Amino acid sequence: MGQTNASARSYVAGELMVAAAAREIANKELVFVGMRLPLLSFLVAKRTHAPEAVGLYENGVIRETPSRDMLYTMGDPPNLQGATFCGQMIDVMSFLQRGRVDVGFLGAAEVDRFGNLNSTWGQRAGEAVRLPGSGGACDIACLSQRTVVLLAHERHRLAERVSYVTSPGYGTGERWRREQGLPQQSGPSAIITTRGVLRFGSDGEAYLASVHPGVAVEEVLANTSWTLRVADHLDETEPPSAAELRAIRELDPTQFWTGQR
Amino acid sequence: MSAESKIVSMHEAIARHVPSGSMVLMGAQLEPMIPFSAGHELIRQGRRDLTLVGPISDILFDQLIGAGCVERVMAAWVGNVSEGAGYCFRRAVETSIPRRIDVVDYSNFTLALALHAGALGVPFMPTYSTLGSELLKKNGNLREFSSPVSEEKLIAVRALRPDAAIIQVQRADAQGNAHIWGSLGVAVDGARAARSVIVVAEEIVAPEVIASDPNRTLIPGFLVSAVVHEPGGAHPSPVQGYYGRDHKFFAEYHDETRELGAFERWLEKWVLNVPDRQAYVEKLGAARATSLLPREHAYSAPADFGD
Repeated sequence: MGQTNASARSYVAGELMVAAAAREIANKELVFVGMRLPLLSFLVAKRTHAPEAVGLYENGVIRETPSRDMLYTMGDPPNLQGATFCGQMIDVMSFLQRGRVDVGFLGAAEVDRFGNLNSTWGQRAGEAVRLPGSGGACDIACLSQRTVVLLAHERHRLAERVSYVTSPGYGTGERWRREQGLPQQSGPSAIITTRGVLRFGSDGEAYLASVHPGVAVEEVLANTSWTLRVADHLDETEPPSAAELRAIRELDPTQFWTGQR
Repeated sequence: MSAESKIVSMHEAIARHVPSGSMVLMGAQLEPMIPFSAGHELIRQGRRDLTLVGPISDILFDQLIGAGCVERVMAAWVGNVSEGAGYCFRRAVETSIPRRIDVVDYSNFTLALALHAGALGVPFMPTYSTLGSELLKKNGNLREFSSPVSEEKLIAVRALRPDAAIIQVQRADAQGNAHIWGSLGVAVDGARAARSVIVVAEEIVAPEVIASDPNRTLIPGFLVSAVVHEPGGAHPSPVQGYYGRDHKFFAEYHDETRELGAFERWLEKWVLNVPDRQAYVEKLGAARATSLLPREHAYSAPADFGD
């Protein structure tokens, strides 16, 4: 393919990531919704192919209908008005630990070849940078049936080994999660970056499943710190549809979220 | 017959119930209903060596850390939710400015379980969360153990019992019986776990109003040591039905606190040179306050408690 160049495309990378993440949600699934791009992805899924998906928010909120406004935080008044349920954090976390949550969304500063995430300590020009921390990420990574990670595809962010495991993926490989005592049906299922989509083999190691339109495989490999495996049948990520773009732009009219990073 | 009112000023509530060295829960409802006015009073009264407990705390903990009030933070996330980093938190952790702080990293769920255990009066709660994580290795209040009733590894989350919980509510009576709605987070368990509770209310109502909707009474008054009537007390965080989130304020804080000197000027402007919340709201200005009011009311359908 590769007939479209960047300037001819009618969407930004953030919008493609949001659309790709939204497609990880099936209709009627129970979704643990994060913030920023993940939050937007859930709302886009609701407005397009997954109208009956149910969103759980860690502040204790359950929502079945999209909020009418753009959200800066999950606790913004538009996210509470018209919610189905407003309880304690422990109420929604109970569904997560009980194994009821189909998919959870996470962002991170760093991810490694086994899908472990770091959102606690970063690096900038050789100096350690303290990041905000887990929030609910560690809980979601431990307990959700599937997790989907969104982050910018830069070499230092896709690390051979994260320096701090805030949120466990497949640890060091195949049987690691079981050895730790984590639930049998849990673990990362996709990493959606600004350049492509990574998925996981049965050995727990990530591989490149698709590249975004206009992105060369070599570019992805050059921006990944480890030798990334590539799928035998590498796909091109489906660009956002008109309906997805419409939903994204209604929800984020100023590109506050999709225009960043 | 009515019992003595617990209503006091914010100055008095903080002076009486939150001495230096206290463990204080704030920001229990996550991004909404953060008791900023109480935090600012802690700064003005020069509290030191506080241990702050709260899952997210959206810039309140950053301010207290920057002002030098804090020795330890027990939290899942510290920063500026819509903007990213909290610069005071970063300065303190990375360079011990204005002082060294100890960070005890939790996840949201494990912090909620710590308070749940405190509320239930048991030493710990079990969970699978944090297995395999660095949080488990670094946080001494998370301990692996073998289930006594099954063949499983679990994490024991040690109970937390804060000295004080400062909880922002929509309305309370003079005894502290409080109605809260919207985002609850860890507020209910937090109030039960704490040794004393300060309720900060947008409105003081008659006991009959509380008793008209007892399912919404999430803090019973007998837990409460002080009630503060403080309209606008949570700004810039939102209070459902009263005012929205002042997103711009969070962006301005982000831009204005990047450097230490800039943060000190911010602190003087919004905290140290402001005597109380009323003056703060006046400083904010009528136009800004009005712009945050709900666009339209959305009352819940009344529940019939007829007997």
